[in-house]
Amino acid sequence: MCLCIPSKITLIDKEKNSCIVDTMGVKREASLDLMEVDTLSIGDYVLIHIGFVMNKIDTEDALTSLEAFEEVLSLMDDEELEETVHKGDNCPNE
Amino acid sequence: MKHNHITLAHGNGGEESSLLINKIFYEAFNNDILKKSEDAAIIEGGKLAFSTDSFTVTPLFFSGGDIGKLAVCGTCNDLAMMGARPKYLTCSVIIEEGFSIDSLEKIVDSMKKELTVNGAIVVSGDTKVVPKGSVDKIFINTTGIGEVLYPEISASKITEDDLILLSRDIGNHGAAIFASREGIELSSDLKSDCASLYPIVKKLIDAKVKISALRDATRGGVGAVLNEWAQSSNICIEIEERHIPMSDEVMGLCEILGFDAISLANEGTFVLAIQKEDASKALEILKIYNSFASVVGKVTQHYSKKVVLHSEWGTTRFLDMPSGELLPRIC
Amino acid sequence: MNKIDKTVKRLQLKELYSGFRDAEVIKSYAVLIHKLSKNLQKPLNIMEVCGGHTHTIMKYGLKQLLPSNINFIHGPGCPVCIMPKERINHALILSKLPDVILVTLGDMIKVPGSDGSLQDARAQGADVRFVYSPMDCIKISHDNPEKKVIFFAIGFETTTPMSAALINKVVKEKIGNIIFHINHVTIPEAMALLLEDNSHNINAFIGPSHVSVISGSKIYEPFPKIYKKPVVVSGFEPVDVMKSIVMLIEQVLDNRCEVEVEYSRSVSYDGNVQAQKLNNSYFEKREHFRWRGIGDITSSALKLKPEFSFIDAEKIYEAILPTQEINDHKLCICGDILKGKASPQNCNIFGTLCKPSHPVGSCMVSSEGACAAYYKYGDIL
Repeated sequence: MCLCIPSKITLIDKEKNSCIVDTMGVKREASLDLMEVDTLSIGDYVLIHIGFVMNKIDTEDALTSLEAFEEVLSLMDDEELEETVHKGDNCPNE
Repeated sequence: MKHNHITLAHGNGGEESSLLINKIFYEAFNNDILKKSEDAAIIEGGKLAFSTDSFTVTPLFFSGGDIGKLAVCGTCNDLAMMGARPKYLTCSVIIEEGFSIDSLEKIVDSMKKELTVNGAIVVSGDTKVVPKGSVDKIFINTTGIGEVLYPEISASKITEDDLILLSRDIGNHGAAIFASREGIELSSDLKSDCASLYPIVKKLIDAKVKISALRDATRGGVGAVLNEWAQSSNICIEIEERHIPMSDEVMGLCEILGFDAISLANEGTFVLAIQKEDASKALEILKIYNSFASVVGKVTQHYSKKVVLHSEWGTTRFLDMPSGELLPRIC
Repeated sequence: MNKIDKTVKRLQLKELYSGFRDAEVIKSYAVLIHKLSKNLQKPLNIMEVCGGHTHTIMKYGLKQLLPSNINFIHGPGCPVCIMPKERINHALILSKLPDVILVTLGDMIKVPGSDGSLQDARAQGADVRFVYSPMDCIKISHDNPEKKVIFFAIGFETTTPMSAALINKVVKEKIGNIIFHINHVTIPEAMALLLEDNSHNINAFIGPSHVSVISGSKIYEPFPKIYKKPVVVSGFEPVDVMKSIVMLIEQVLDNRCEVEVEYSRSVSYDGNVQAQKLNNSYFEKREHFRWRGIGDITSSALKLKPEFSFIDAEKIYEAILPTQEINDHKLCICGDILKGKASPQNCNIFGTLCKPSHPVGSCMVSSEGACAAYYKYGDIL
């Protein structure tokens, strides 16, 4: 039931207090009743849940996370990756 | 059976449908041809293929097709999936009082166009009109006879010599239908994949590709087909998840509504089990029609009658027969 | 490896998914977890509270990537799973009233009460509709002015404000034919109750993603402070979950115990204040609410404030809605599963008498239930 997908705002209707969001090419309407007035703009990334905008995604933070993943990747080499995934572990405590 | 009345889940093309069909219809009509439960029955000593299908899709007109196109594609595809050339169709309609004649003409026109694509003709039919409320606008049944060109195609003949292929990206019909339904208010570029498959099958046959099995992935989607094959042939089908082709739009809709694309209906997408040495040849032909065609898996004996999905990051899980009421009246 | 654009302006929507599902990144975190966990003095049992996380873990096979000293305990974060039978029966009774349209969300329609599910009631002629959004009730009520629309509201903190938004519209616009049966529940009280049971073996929590978007991470403060259990609020993509596990292991190794937010792109300390205000306008806490399989949890559920009794179906139909507690089938161990004491595979009827097509217990019905997740994604190991 918890299906909150990142979507992009493409249109804002102030009268209806709703917006049109695009999720990978699928467009639908979402209510802005849970958001403070004038806090969103076209192009913002938001989370939608059962027809409502729940929050605005902090894209700078998302980018920082994605960059941090690159660092984690660079610390691993291919052999380690294969071994861990396929051969299990030698943990002393079970 | 636990239920004593029919629920929508019984029409889902998955687990509940199978149960209903087996316990009530197969038991009553018991015979060897029926029990094979292929896409079409092979009769007259292997010379002919024979199949029937009813169409109740809502909405009647959707992006990529309508109930008419579907009614012809559906039955002709079932024949093509048995390696048969569709030749003769019947067409029975049950129409609700008050239905628009204009709409009826559009539907029949779509049927005519699709018959031409398959090279088939309608030779018999029936028309019933029922009072308002007795059916929802229009239901169509088509029954088809085809001439078998490539014999011995069967869901029970798949072996470890076969590779599993998909003819195109999955989930388009189910996603498009859901998107066009009232009450959900989505708009998108989603388009049903509704199409006749005989032309592609003919090319495969002409190129002498060694085909073990074919099945169009209608209700229950690709997931249902793979499970049916694993059961019928008593094999394990192992699929590489990353090779399953899917468009961004279908993925988006699945994300929004919590669907699994592998369980969504298709009406112009089929699964192939092709002998390994001919897989590349088959893929080349499929790609002429859709660049998303791909080899998605292989056959082993690791887990009897099961379908296994391998993820890109090295984990595995079973893919079970879809169950529950997913999308009613999808076809 | 995904090429990630350095400019925020050009961050593509697709990366907000794919970047957090990247196969190589998942594998790298698996390696990191294996390295770090070798230094743990004892096993780390992590409860993922939210059903959505159970789903992610099962769907992406994350258990297969972890060392044996990291264990998941599946929590009760599935609002359909914890709905007691007697309240499901309320929905059934209301749906069979003349001129009533019973409206609810998603999986609620399949949960079995004492006499079948809402789906069965529909098959027998009751007007039951499932909707994508509570706001869909407005159109149903306009199209059926002579009928009474009863919205059977379910869900945790994530979903509560959406019900509140509908109530707000009904009250402000004086829509006369929509009333409510409220079954919203809250997460922290359930988490606390599980810790009060002395036989628990929970060492840490993965906090729910979207409950936290609404409530803020502040609601988890008691857990390190009072119960000495660390909490990491995680997003529900597989990379989020793997990173959260790393954060928990690091806390243990550093001898820290705090609330951390992995899902910082969406979760703040205070949460969505506007949504909280809307909730507070219409709802207040119930003193008691019975969670299926767990029992009564104080202050863990919501009801409409007294001034809104005129749209409270529980008050309006009090005479015909029984409150007698109904226990589950004796073979059903959903209670133990919801408390994290058993796994679906420990259940004698898992996969046989109890399957998604004919569920006996609630954990099998909802797609977020532990049993449904195990059944669907078939734990292959």
